[in-house]
Amino acid sequence: MMPSVAFTSMLSCAVAVSTVIAAAQTRDPRRSGFEDMSRESQAMQRDDTANPGMFAVLEGEELWRAKVGSRKTSCADCHQNAEVSMRGAAARYPSFSTAWNGPVDLQGQINLCRETRQNAPPFPLEGPELLALSAYVGKQSRGMSIAPPDDARLEPFRRQGEALYNMRQGQLNFSCANCHEDHAGQRLAGSLIPQGHPTGYPLYRLEWQGIGSLQRRLRGCLIGVRAEPYAYGAEEYIALELFLMSRARGMAVETPAIRP
Amino acid sequence: MARVLINLPKAKRGEIVEIRTLIQHPMETGYRPKGDGTSFPRDIIRNFVCKLNGIEVFRADLFPAIAANPFIAFTIKAEEGGTMTFSWIDDRGRSQTETADFIVE
Amino acid sequence: MTERSVQPKLSRRAALVGGLALIVARPARATPEAMQDAIRDFIGSAPVRAGRVKMDIPPLVENGNSVPLAITVESPMTEGDFVKAIAVFNEKNPQPNIGVFHLGPRSGRAFVSTRIRLGDSQNITAIAQMSDGSFWSGSVELIVTLPACAEN
Repeated sequence: MMPSVAFTSMLSCAVAVSTVIAAAQTRDPRRSGFEDMSRESQAMQRDDTANPGMFAVLEGEELWRAKVGSRKTSCADCHQNAEVSMRGAAARYPSFSTAWNGPVDLQGQINLCRETRQNAPPFPLEGPELLALSAYVGKQSRGMSIAPPDDARLEPFRRQGEALYNMRQGQLNFSCANCHEDHAGQRLAGSLIPQGHPTGYPLYRLEWQGIGSLQRRLRGCLIGVRAEPYAYGAEEYIALELFLMSRARGMAVETPAIRP
Repeated sequence: MARVLINLPKAKRGEIVEIRTLIQHPMETGYRPKGDGTSFPRDIIRNFVCKLNGIEVFRADLFPAIAANPFIAFTIKAEEGGTMTFSWIDDRGRSQTETADFIVE
Repeated sequence: MTERSVQPKLSRRAALVGGLALIVARPARATPEAMQDAIRDFIGSAPVRAGRVKMDIPPLVENGNSVPLAITVESPMTEGDFVKAIAVFNEKNPQPNIGVFHLGPRSGRAFVSTRIRLGDSQNITAIAQMSDGSFWSGSVELIVTLPACAEN
């Protein structure tokens, strides 16, 4: 009766293996950069009183209520309580703007509001005010799933972003994918190469000793591969963000995140 | 005025609690080069003092090697509650003081 | 507070502020010797014994601009036996001092935590001054890597 015993154990072994494979298939292979940080940096992000990104959120909260422009209007005058009205907003950007007839990122939308609703000059891109307001709005989506809008008008721009992501460029002739797909999880010098999901922007980067947008991060990558970076606000950045947000669909918003 | 974040937990009498403080400040070292060959002038917070009901309970002397947006955490044994003040003093002698109630049950 | 500088550019300011002797040297870096001098300023002529000071710091630093550092000193922290101060030094930043933290029996524990800057892989030393006048030290050797993709 030995063979039958062996058969039984083989069978149970096969069942066990297939269970493991099934588990691996259902587990999301995507990783936020958060998971690969040191426990100290993770603790810095988890605790709002230890996270310097919260300074931008506090400043953004003040700006939200500030009456500006010739109409002396605040964000709150239209949108009331951001904790209610802005919940989930950042998780849906970039979205399609009929005013622009193209995609607009959150920062662009804030400036659009300033120009068209508040009659105020737009904030300088990557300036402290725009970072602060987008950090404040972004924080209202913290913990929510990234949910790019299913809008067919965005699709050509998302595809443009995907093409840019896969396009080799710069003197080093690297695409984003060369690092963040082919070598994610490995190290470049001492630094871990993340999968590049934009889950926590604007975020406080230890390297910057300050808060910055996804565009600043992308600019850093472009300089890293010795390519000419696009100007802040360029359509290429917005296209890249559209693609990256669709790639990160379902992942949790972490704004304001901490990264090394 | 710089923005400040303070984590001051409630305490039971006799308990030792950790107080965490964070202040928005560039901590400009004086060594960071400008494009023109000179350096950005030094601008750091050089002193931090925490007092409970006017009595000093913790003090720190800081140097440019403290990271931007200085984070300082320390402990206190909760013997009495009261008014806790947190003061930061910069290179130019300017100070900022924040006040919080230390609740001891 | 002793103001020391190894950066000639800072001489005038440091002299105005501290009014103390300056070490003027090139390159603009502390050295193990400069660290020893800074330690000497803190301890005077007293001996330093190794031990009782524990430093909690990640061995491989993610970014030298902000390195989490926590220091704990073995002490009962009573009126009769407590840690008065903890001073932290480095050997390769432009200046050897990092910070001096003043504690007392009210602290309950001899503990302090902060975030520091480290320009290079190096030795970090913390020295605790006890209420009985003795000094104890702990050291740690750290590896600081430069970011792979510097921005500019």
